[in-house]
Amino acid sequence: MRGPHDLGGLDFGPIDPDEHPLTFWEKQIDAIRAVIGAKKIVSTHENRRTIEQLGHDAYDTLNYYERWTAALQRQMIDKGILTQDEIDQRVAEVRHRLLETGEMEAP
Amino acid sequence: MNHNDHDHDHDHDHDHDHDHDHQGDDKVHAYYQILGQALKELLIEKGVVSASEIRTAMERRDTITPANGAKVVARAWVDGDYRARLLHDANSAVAEFGIEMPTTHLVALENTPAVHNVVVCTLCSCYPRDLLGLPPAWYKSKAYRSRVVHSPRAVLHEFGTDLPETIEVRVHDSTADMRYLVIPMRPEGTDGWDEDALRTVITRDTMIGVSLVESAV
Amino acid sequence: MMTCSRYRSGDRVRVRDDYPIGHIRTPVYIRGCEGQVVRYLGHFGNPETLAFCLPTEPRELYKVQFRQVDVWPNYEGSLMDTVELDLYDHWLEGDHSQ
Repeated sequence: MRGPHDLGGLDFGPIDPDEHPLTFWEKQIDAIRAVIGAKKIVSTHENRRTIEQLGHDAYDTLNYYERWTAALQRQMIDKGILTQDEIDQRVAEVRHRLLETGEMEAP
Repeated sequence: MNHNDHDHDHDHDHDHDHDHDHQGDDKVHAYYQILGQALKELLIEKGVVSASEIRTAMERRDTITPANGAKVVARAWVDGDYRARLLHDANSAVAEFGIEMPTTHLVALENTPAVHNVVVCTLCSCYPRDLLGLPPAWYKSKAYRSRVVHSPRAVLHEFGTDLPETIEVRVHDSTADMRYLVIPMRPEGTDGWDEDALRTVITRDTMIGVSLVESAV
Repeated sequence: MMTCSRYRSGDRVRVRDDYPIGHIRTPVYIRGCEGQVVRYLGHFGNPETLAFCLPTEPRELYKVQFRQVDVWPNYEGSLMDTVELDLYDHWLEGDHSQ
């Protein structure tokens, strides 16, 4: 009876020693999380809990910063800061921009 | 006596590349990249965070490196009083270097000829970031988090570290507000070295505990 | 440290063998295990309630050491090896053999 995050005692095989330096995108998510935490919008405890509640499949499929992104989406909606509709709309716009220009950032 | 989870729930123990639909996963990963960008834009537009706050936080991450931890360890090697202060109240001791840790409770763990310490956070990936910077991918990995508590010597061996059975390997699982910094043992051949020289051999991995500082002999 | 904490260094304790759903910072691998208090770490808000933005009262936090051979049935390593966790006092019970 363990949550998807409670890994001590399982066996996920050999450790990949590669450094895998963070991408710009990953550093950015890390920074956004830090700013949101510093402003006390979402605490570390809430963040951990949201990630744990993503469920086994999401926890296994998503990588570390994808889990943070998923949690951020959930937290912003739960706190009434953003709505799912707004997010969906913006996702569509960013996706369109990426297809048209090859860039995610707005010009 | 604790139950052994090795027999349970094997679907979650195996490398998921074999179980998952790759195309489906690729779409999911692509979505999350885009979602991150979308959230950033919306949060800035709504004034929840600002672009400059994000930039500043990113810059801060680039400037904090394991050199912070190495300074502290090098001082502990040359100054017995500092070592004692570090072991007693690590937050105050690292503040002597101007390293402020307002929200972190730091505990220094001393490696000795009898005890070798190694640190993990099995539940997430808590790490003494103010001293070591961002954690390496392997520290956050399911492989490390799952295995180092039950097979520390096998994990250390993967990092090239083998210790005799007469030494206690002590694993610290950072389950609460404490963050742990290992003070590795000073190696042979460094007598008379100044702190600058000593810092060069104190690596991130020696302060997590998966490696020993290499002998300079 | 001058303290009126429930446990002191050296006290033997057992981790509750309970499985509530929630934000729990007591890993399942240590539940039901017996160990020894290393030191009292101070009191902190309870993450189980803070995680849900519920009001919290401070809980005592302890560094507890366990012999690896007492935690894992087939532990491959030295008899001397240990694992230490930081556990909240509501997850600990005084050792019944005391």
